[in-house]
Parts: sequence; C-alpha cells; structure tokens
Amino acid sequence: MKKHSLILSDSFTFVNANHLRIETMADIERLEKIASQVRRDIVRMVHAQNSGHPGGSLGCTDYLVALYFECMKHNPEEFSMEGHNEDMFFLSNGHISPLWYSVLARSGYFPTKEMETFRKINSRLQGHPTTHEGLPGIRVASGSLGQGLSVAAGVALAKKIDDDPQFVFSLHGDGEMQEGQIWEAALFAAANKIDNLISTIDYNGKQIDGPVDEVLSLGDLNAKWKSFGWDVLETNGNNMAKIVDTLKEAKSRTGNGKPIMILMKTEMGAGVDFMMGSHKWHGVAPNDEQLADALAQLEETIGDY
Amino acid sequence: MKAFEVQNHKDTRSGFGAGLEELGKTNDKVVALCADLTGSLKMNAFADNHPKRFIQTGIAEANMIGMAAGLATAGKIPFAGTFANFATGRVYDQIRQSVAYSNKNVKICASHAGLTLGEDGATHQILEDIGLMKMLPGMVVINPCDYNQTKAATIAIANYVGPVYLRFGRPKVPNFTPENQHFEIGQAVHLDEGSDLTIIATGHLVWKAIEAAQKLEKNGISVDLINIHTIKPLDKEAILQSVSKTGAVVTAEEHMMNGGLGDSVAQLLAHYLPCPIEMVAVDDSFGESGKPEELMTKYGLDTPDIIEAAERAIARK
Repeated sequence: MKKHSLILSDSFTFVNANHLRIETMADIERLEKIASQVRRDIVRMVHAQNSGHPGGSLGCTDYLVALYFECMKHNPEEFSMEGHNEDMFFLSNGHISPLWYSVLARSGYFPTKEMETFRKINSRLQGHPTTHEGLPGIRVASGSLGQGLSVAAGVALAKKIDDDPQFVFSLHGDGEMQEGQIWEAALFAAANKIDNLISTIDYNGKQIDGPVDEVLSLGDLNAKWKSFGWDVLETNGNNMAKIVDTLKEAKSRTGNGKPIMILMKTEMGAGVDFMMGSHKWHGVAPNDEQLADALAQLEETIGDY
Repeated sequence: MKAFEVQNHKDTRSGFGAGLEELGKTNDKVVALCADLTGSLKMNAFADNHPKRFIQTGIAEANMIGMAAGLATAGKIPFAGTFANFATGRVYDQIRQSVAYSNKNVKICASHAGLTLGEDGATHQILEDIGLMKMLPGMVVINPCDYNQTKAATIAIANYVGPVYLRFGRPKVPNFTPENQHFEIGQAVHLDEGSDLTIIATGHLVWKAIEAAQKLEKNGISVDLINIHTIKPLDKEAILQSVSKTGAVVTAEEHMMNGGLGDSVAQLLAHYLPCPIEMVAVDDSFGESGKPEELMTKYGLDTPDIIEAAERAIARK
C-alpha cells in the first residue's frame, strides 16, 4: 500500500484528534474500501484502452466516493435527468471520466461490466462524459473546460425557483480556473445568492504543461473566491474523514446567502506511488507492468469488473 | 400575382418580445435570460411581469448559455436572449458542448442579426450566425420574416423539445403575415404560385422578394415564391416540388453566402434536381456603419438585386 496507506493512517489520527461528526469509524473504513476498488477500476479502464486520464481521477477519488456513497441524496435505481428533490452532481473537469464512471457504476447507475467499454467504439462511456449516448447519471457533456459551473448554477437556480430543498455539487480542476467563464459564473452565483450550490476545486497544483504556478499562476485562490462573495472552505481531498466532514460542513452552511467553494488539496495520482509527485500521469495510461505495480498497491475490496 | 397587405411596420424583435410575454402567461416552465440587452430584445414585459423567471446575467454570455443549459436540465424552458453576434460566435463552444451535444431544450434568441443592425457597424453585424448554428447536429434554425411570424415562432418553439436558434432583427419592416398564425417548424410557407422561377427567401428578405416578384411579373416572369422561415430542418419537399415546376432558383437572405440558406438549397438541389441557382447574400465581406437600407443596397441585398439574380437564373435555364 506504500504511500497511500500513509494517507489513510493520517486520516485516522485526524478523526481521533478532532472529534469529527462521523457516526462510526466503520463508515470511513467502508468509504475507503470503496475508494480502493474505484482506484483499481480507474487504472484498469485506462490501461485497457491505453488512453485516458488517471492522474486527476485518482486524486479526486476520495471526494467523489464520499459524495456518492455518503453525502448526496440521489437515486441510482431510477435516474432522472431533471433530478427534482435530489442532490445533483456536475463534473466540469470531464477528463477525469474514469473516476465518475466507476463511482456511477459502483453506485448502481449502470452495470459495472460496462466499464470494459471505456473509450471504445460504440460505448456509452465516452472519453469525456456525455448525455449523447444516454448513460444514466450524466446530465450534461463536459470536457471543454470552464462550462460546468454555469450549468451547475443554472440547475441550482432552477431548484430555487421550484423551492426544491436539495443541493447542487460541482467539481472543477484548478487549471480550469484559467477559463474566463468560471469567473462569470462566480460573479453571477454570488450576486444572485445561489446558496444551494457547493462547488469544489481539485487543487492539485498541476496541469498538462506543468505546475499551475508556472503555467499561469492562480495567485491566492482562497482570497479570490472570498472576494467574489463565496463562502470558502479548505480541505485535504485525500483524507476520507476530512473530506466527508468538509462536505457535511458545506451542507450545513447552505442557505446563508452565499455559494460555497471547497478548495480541496489533492495529490495527482493519489494511491499509486509512481503516479504521484508530478503532472506526468495527467493523461498517460500505464503499461502492463505499471498496471500490475498499481494494482498491487490497491486492495480489491468489492471485486473487479 | 397575389396581393400582400401590409398591416403596419414593426420590428421582428418586438414580435419576439410579445411572444415571450404570452408564454410567460401560458407556460410556467418558460424562463428568460438576458445579457444586459433587455430593452433591445424587447424582453421588458416578461421581466416586469415574471421577475422570478427572468434572469439578468450581465454582460456574460458564456455564463448565460451555460446557465440556460442547467435550467433546461432541471426541466425549465429557457429563452436566452442577446444580439446575434454574442448569441452565436462569442459562445460557440458553450452552445456546442452544453446545449447541442447535450441536447438541451434551450432557445437561443438572437436579435439585431445581419446588416440591418445598422450604425453600430461590423463588430455587431453578424452575417455568419445561420451557418454556425446550422452546422451543429440537432440544432433547429429559424429566421422569421415579420412581427407576426416572429411572435408565432417564439410561441411555437416553446412546444418543441430540443435546441433552437431563433434569429430576428432590429428595424421596423412590413408586417404582412396573418396575426395569430399557426407556425409549423420546418414547414415552408408557399406565398405565391408561379411557373418560371422559384424565389426562396428568409427573414427580412422575404418582403423584398415579394416586391421583386411583383416587378418580375410585370416583365412577364411568373415567380413561385417561398418564405422559408426554418432553414434547418429544411422543407425539402416544398423546395423540390417548386423547382421541379420552375427549373431555376434564386435564394435571398441577410447573411453570408458561405453557410447560409443558399448553401442549404444548393446542397439539396445538387443531389436531387440540378438547375441554375443564383444567391442573393453577402459575398465574403464584413459589413460597416450606415443606415439599414443603405447597407442593404451597398451589399447587394435589395429588391433590384433579387430582380437581377432572377434574370440571371432564367437566362441560364
């Protein structure tokens, strides 16, 4: 388990020290076991087609598992596009699709076996997520960056018009903050008090051409979102107990006139030691040997697809 | 030739505003978004009477299109309005991914299209919007000809599920189609019977085509006249039926020749019924400042241009 096990033991220390609102330790263990299986799914999918984005997918695994298996009210058995009286999630950084596909399949939106078709011809599991092929769980296409916050704000606004009490969640890359549309949506959501929107930035500090700070620095991201009128939380996205706690804290802060932004520090490639520590694994698939090495670090907890 | 009575002169954008206000009263799923051009788009009545369903996005068109996609996802019928340039070229990728590819029930409502925007000049006079929008799979493209038809089209697209591009304009033009007409998306309006030549016009050029047909008739040329308010899906049957009778075609539009109505008609006829086609459209050029009528004359979109094109088409028969 190498470095990943260190992250897990960190989380246990954190839970004990801070008396977080976690019902039982077993819940966190359950989520971590799911996350381990999801990480296996990610590397296996990307390896099988020799194509895809493992780095960010692995980095955001704990967040998305926490969201779908603990923090969101949703209905995998009867997926509804409109999502009335459900929490709804939008993935704006669509390239981490293998993570979303695994979490959706493991939640019951579609058969896990379908993960075999990822990025292959005639598949519903397109390289970037789409509604076009009718895959349950997906409500808008994403991949071209910067658009998901506007879509999520539109859905959140519709929920307000309809007096629907549920929440809208969205996830974004930190490199994606370089897109101007993000800041248009940021202005709108704050000015219009879209306070049922909980957005998260995968703050791994890396993008295709290198460190975000070198490509185009985001400066003080926390101060930027605060100055735009958002309620900003920070968390460690690779610590299951912490991310669960942060999502619950975010939900408790809704309805106060401000949209909520979670700056989530993650490690690109989290859980697979040789994929961590650089931006190299943003969009590169492991070879056979690397796959074996990765799988040896990730316990098969639910059963491979 | 049939007589066409001009009821009054009105802008097509006011037809949109009137249709939207009627939808506000009759369909509570309809919401409207506008990027700081509420007055120009004639959306005031909807904004004033249905404030909870009117969304002022500020000068942020990309966000407006994305939010419209979100509102549609949640079951609303969003009408997103701004100038045609900012409703298409500026937000092409947002429309492509979040609306068209995602098959969202978003109505993109584009005013001040073409040269007749006038004095503001080429930065605002988009002549490529029909082409941009018709290339998107699944996008319906509508360009009604007068106030009454724009109002009817606005109401009709609320009942159609899927992305629609509705194009209209700024100036007051003859309002001659029936009040409270039934608008059928994709169904051409056959304005008059004729045997020598088919004229297929859209938007502001429909009235000019009527004027041209009247003059051509005096010169002994009988015109079969089609108002093609829906450019996509194109009413292939109506066009082929007419052209099989006349054997020559003129298309007329306030748009670039590349990518416009003429392109669509030529593509259809090249497949099924090759014949002489002349296109009245802007030929690979940006516009400029000026009065709408001056611009229509300078850029070859006026009644005499249609007459000349008709004579060329007939000479090539």
